Amino acid sequence: MKRLLVSALCAVLVAACQSTPTTTDAGAPVEERNPSAVGATGAATTGTSTTPLTGSPTGAAQANPLKDPSSPLSKRIVYFDFDSYVVKDEYKPMIEAHGRYLQANRGARMTIQGSTDERGSREYNIALGQRRADALKKMLLLYGATEIQIETVSFGKEKPRRDGHDEASWAENRRDEIVFVGE
Amino acid sequence: MIRNLCRLLFVLGALASFVARAQLTIEIVGGGATTIPIAIVPFANEGTFPLSVTQIVGNDLSRSGLFKLVDAGGVNPRPARAEDVRYGDWTSRGADAVVVGSLTPLSDGRVEVRFFLLDVVKQTLLAGFTYVVAPAQLRATAHRIADVIYEKLTGVAGVFSTRIAYIAKQGAKYELFVAEADGFNPQSIVSSIEPLLSPVWSPDGTRIAYVSLENKKPVIYVQSLATGARQVVANFRGSNSAPAWAPDSSKLAVTLSKDGGSQLYLINADGSGVQRLTTSAGIDTEANFAPDGRSIMFTSDRGGSPQIYRLTLANGNVERVTYEGSYNVSPRHLPDGKGFIFVRRDGNRFNIALQDFATRQVQVLTQGALDESPSVAPNGKLVIYASETGGRGILAAVSSDGRVKQRLTAAASDVREPAWGPLVK
Repeated sequence: MKRLLVSALCAVLVAACQSTPTTTDAGAPVEERNPSAVGATGAATTGTSTTPLTGSPTGAAQANPLKDPSSPLSKRIVYFDFDSYVVKDEYKPMIEAHGRYLQANRGARMTIQGSTDERGSREYNIALGQRRADALKKMLLLYGATEIQIETVSFGKEKPRRDGHDEASWAENRRDEIVFVGE
Repeated sequence: MIRNLCRLLFVLGALASFVARAQLTIEIVGGGATTIPIAIVPFANEGTFPLSVTQIVGNDLSRSGLFKLVDAGGVNPRPARAEDVRYGDWTSRGADAVVVGSLTPLSDGRVEVRFFLLDVVKQTLLAGFTYVVAPAQLRATAHRIADVIYEKLTGVAGVFSTRIAYIAKQGAKYELFVAEADGFNPQSIVSSIEPLLSPVWSPDGTRIAYVSLENKKPVIYVQSLATGARQVVANFRGSNSAPAWAPDSSKLAVTLSKDGGSQLYLINADGSGVQRLTTSAGIDTEANFAPDGRSIMFTSDRGGSPQIYRLTLANGNVERVTYEGSYNVSPRHLPDGKGFIFVRRDGNRFNIALQDFATRQVQVLTQGALDESPSVAPNGKLVIYASETGGRGILAAVSSDGRVKQRLTAAASDVREPAWGPLVK
C-alpha cells in the first residue's frame, strides 16, 4: 500500500513536470535531432524509463519471463480487424498473462503502441491507433494492471510492419505492440 | 550526397523546359478555362545576370494556369520602359498585357530592378515598380513582380513569394523542408530517423509546428525558422498531435490523449496554459481555426463515422458540418471564411473536396486514389495536397475551382504533408 502511494505520488510529480513549459533546446538549426537530449527529455517526461524491473516472481537467477519464448509474455502484438478496436478472444490468454505480470510486478512499466493501416488521414489515424492502444490497456487493467504502469500512444499509419498496399499488409499493420520500459 | 540526389529538374509545361536545381518538379496537368495572354519582354541587361528574372516571372504566371505567355521575341528596339511600348506590336500578337523592365547594377553591388505592367487593350500603365536589391535577392524579386502582375490582372493577391513546407522521406530518413512556392531552394529544417508529420506555419510566418515520433510517441514541437531552435509544446502522457495555429500565432489547438481518448485542447505556443476544448466519448482531432479565430472545425466520430464539426469558442457549441458520405476528415478553412477544404472517402478513394458554408454544396476537386493532407494557399485560390503515384508520395495542387492542376514530385523521395506558408508582407 505504501509503495502504491509512493508511486502514485511519483506519478503526480511526473505529471506536474509534464505540464510545465519545456525549455528551448537551442543548437544546430539544421540537424535538429540531438539523440542524447531527446532521449533525456523522453525519459523525464514519460516518467517510465528510470524504474528497473523488480520483484520478478521467478527470481533474479531465473530466466526473464518476458524473454522466454514459451511464455505468453513473449507475445507482444495484438492484431485488429478493419475499422475495429475490439480485442479478439484469441488474444485473451496473452493479455491475461501480461495483466497478471504487471499486477505481480508493480515496478514494471509498459507502453502500448497502437497502429493503423495506411488508408485515410494521418492525423485521424493517430487517433484511431490511440483508441486501439486504449482498448488493450482497458483489458490489462481488468487483469490487475494499474493505470500508472501503462502508457498508451499511437503511431497512426506512420510505422507499418509491412509496406505493401494490399489487404495482407494492412492486416499486419492494424495492431497494438507492447513494449516494456527498459527492455 | 542526399542533397545532390535532391537536385531535380524543374520542368514547366507551357515553356521550353529548362534545368535548374530544385527539390520539386512542378508540372501543369490541367489549365484554366480562360487565360490572360501576356507578353513578358526580357528585361534590359538581364543577360549579364546568372538568373533570368523574366523567366521566373513567366514560369510563376503560367504555372498558375491563369496566364498564357505570348512570344515577346523580335520586337525592335526591345522596350524597357513604359514609354517605349508601342501597343500595336502587342495587339498584333494577341497580348492583353505586356511587361517590360530593366536591371541596372549599382556601384554598391546592388541591382536596381524596374518593371512596368501595361494593359494593351486599354493602353494604360497598370503598375510600375523599382526595387533595389542584392543580387542574391533577384529570385525573390522576380516572385514579387509576378505577385504584382497576378494581383493587378486577376484582382487576387499572388502567392509566388510565399513558401511551402513538406516532409520528404528518403530511405529511413524523414526531413522537414521549407522551399519557395515554386519548389526552389529547399532547405531541410529538421531531420529524423523517426516519422515527422503535420507541419503547420504560424500565421506570422516565423515558426512551424509539427509532430515528431523521435521520442517513440507523437510529440508536438514548435521550431523557429530564423534560429532553428525548437521547443517541445506538448509532450504529455499518451499521444500529442494535430497542431493548429490560432490566427494571432499565440496559441495552438492540439489533440491530446492525456485524459483518455483523443480530445482537443488549447495551449500557448510556449507549451503553457493547457485548456480542454472538447469533451466527447469519441475521437476529436484535426482542429483548424476559422480566419476570425472565433471557431474551430475538427474531425470527430462522435456520431458514428468520422465527420467534420464546428466548435464555437465563445459558448462551446458544437454543430455537425458534413453530412454526405461516411468519411469526411481534415477540414481547412478557406481564408475568406466562406467554405472549407476537406478529405472525403468515396468507396476506396480519398479525394480533396470543397464545401460552401452557405449552400452546403460539395465539389470534389481531385481524382487520385489516396489524396490527403490539404493545405490552402493564403489567397484561397490553390490547394496543395499529398497524393500518390506508382506507390510513391507526391505533392499536387489544384485550384479551388478544380480547373488548374499541378503535380510536384521529388526524385528518389516520398513527399507528403505539404503546408502552405502565409503571405509575405
